[in-house]
Amino acid sequence: MFNALGEYLLLMFQVFRKPDKRKIFRKQLFLEFQNLGIDSLGIVAIISAFFGGIVAIQTAYNIDSPLISLTMVGFTTRQSIILEFSPTIISLILAGKVGSRIASEIGTMRITEQIDALKVMGVNTANYLIFPKVVASLLINPILIIFSVVVALFGGWLACVVTGLVTSQDYILGIRYCFEGFIVFYALIKTVVFAFIIASVSGYQGYFTKGGALDVGRSSTKAVVYSSILIIIFDLILTQLLLT
Amino acid sequence: MIEAVNISKFFGNHEVLKNISLQFEKGKTNLIIGRSGSGKTVLMKCLVGLYGVDKGHIDFDDRNLSKMTSKEQRDIRKDLGMLFQGGALFDSMNVEENIMFPLTMFTKKTYEEKLERVNFCLNRVALENTNKLYPSELSGGMTKRVAIARAISMNPEYLFCDEPNSGLDPITAGVIDELISEITKEYQTTTIINTHDMNSVLKIGDKVAFIYDGELWWKGDKHQILKTDNKELNDFVFATELTTRLKN
Ligand SMILES: Nc1ncnc2c1ncn2[C@@H]1O[C@H](COP(=O)(O)OP(=O)(O)OP(=O)(O)O)[C@@H](O)[C@H]1O
Ligand SMILES: [Mg+2]
Repeated sequence: MFNALGEYLLLMFQVFRKPDKRKIFRKQLFLEFQNLGIDSLGIVAIISAFFGGIVAIQTAYNIDSPLISLTMVGFTTRQSIILEFSPTIISLILAGKVGSRIASEIGTMRITEQIDALKVMGVNTANYLIFPKVVASLLINPILIIFSVVVALFGGWLACVVTGLVTSQDYILGIRYCFEGFIVFYALIKTVVFAFIIASVSGYQGYFTKGGALDVGRSSTKAVVYSSILIIIFDLILTQLLLT
Repeated sequence: MIEAVNISKFFGNHEVLKNISLQFEKGKTNLIIGRSGSGKTVLMKCLVGLYGVDKGHIDFDDRNLSKMTSKEQRDIRKDLGMLFQGGALFDSMNVEENIMFPLTMFTKKTYEEKLERVNFCLNRVALENTNKLYPSELSGGMTKRVAIARAISMNPEYLFCDEPNSGLDPITAGVIDELISEITKEYQTTTIINTHDMNSVLKIGDKVAFIYDGELWWKGDKHQILKTDNKELNDFVFATELTTRLKN
């Protein structure tokens, strides 16, 4: 395990270099915005909308005391979504979707000698292949998470209104109740850390693929498993650091 | 000139290259021949620095490859073109982008200048008007030729070809041999070719080295190879019906 950590750190050292050619880097970056960001919008939207609705309905059902105002539904939904659901659960989903994509793309290039071909040309392969993916993830994941928050809150509202459990007015009042900007900051810090984990761990797994097509599959599974575990571990650490 | 001095390479306990010393001359086609699994590809990958050697060293015109910093290694690689056994074209790019890639990465040429060079290289490998095809749309022979075009796009001083004509029909194979030989003479490149095709050996073998189970077994040229009395080499050379008849 320490071997792997050393290998990972050495790789990152190669990744964080100035790209050989700005123009090529920019082109790669935009491609990754598309591949890693825009292509994920659909799944993020669907999961967020449903999750928002589910949290709102559950909260509404659990409030049976007349002493607690129904505005609490909006409030609780907002808190769970911003604090935990959007940054963590959506990042886990992205670890599955984006992580496996990164690992299999780079892994395939490894086993078909495309990485060797790049290296023979004199390209810094780690930088060329992984850096744009890391930068794109760091920039686009926060946007995806904010998008997820908005969609989830809307999902909650829709669920409340359609089921008639909470009025639109109460829900919106709840969402705006006692709002601190800090929780958004906390969510974004987590998102950025998770984005780095997803892109770099998956890049590492792909880059060091050995063997054949079967091993590409193995690398991409490992990418998803390891980045998910790391996300949960760092979630605990960051929560402890930032919220207490 | 490229010189390998006493190089050995291990994979675990398996010694794949055993104390090989060889010189590859400028302006000549230097062939490395041997049976499948004898270590040709490993030798070539050591020469270009994709594998580090465990013993010995490799000199590019007196510049020691293993002693270079990674920056210096990368600089020397800009003078180096390589054709991989499987082509190794970039899947995500079409033919034109593949050939243009090193030009975009390492030169300040305008798009028009680069396109001109791409078309020139495609013309050399007789593949005009395939610019927009993707690697998945090419046949095996076309893949090899595009890979050659990419290898020569930077006008390399050193050209490495790993089995440039395996899996091709005899006519295309001949065309590719001739092409590589022409390029070598015309631009005075130091060309190294891995092959197990006796046709190529007899046609373009300016210098031939025979590797047997990781050892350098014999060296000479295309004329000497038919007269050798080395048993393993004879078995290799006269393994086909055609060459046997040639001998008699
Ligand atoms: N990455 C590697 N790890 C371990 N062993 C390897 C590796 N690459 C090659 N070998 C071993 O080295 C030996 C030589 O392989 P190499 O690919 O050089 O053969 P070759 O002469 O190019 O054969 P062919 O004509 O079939 O391409 C083989 O026994 C092979 O198993
Ligand atoms: Mg080989």
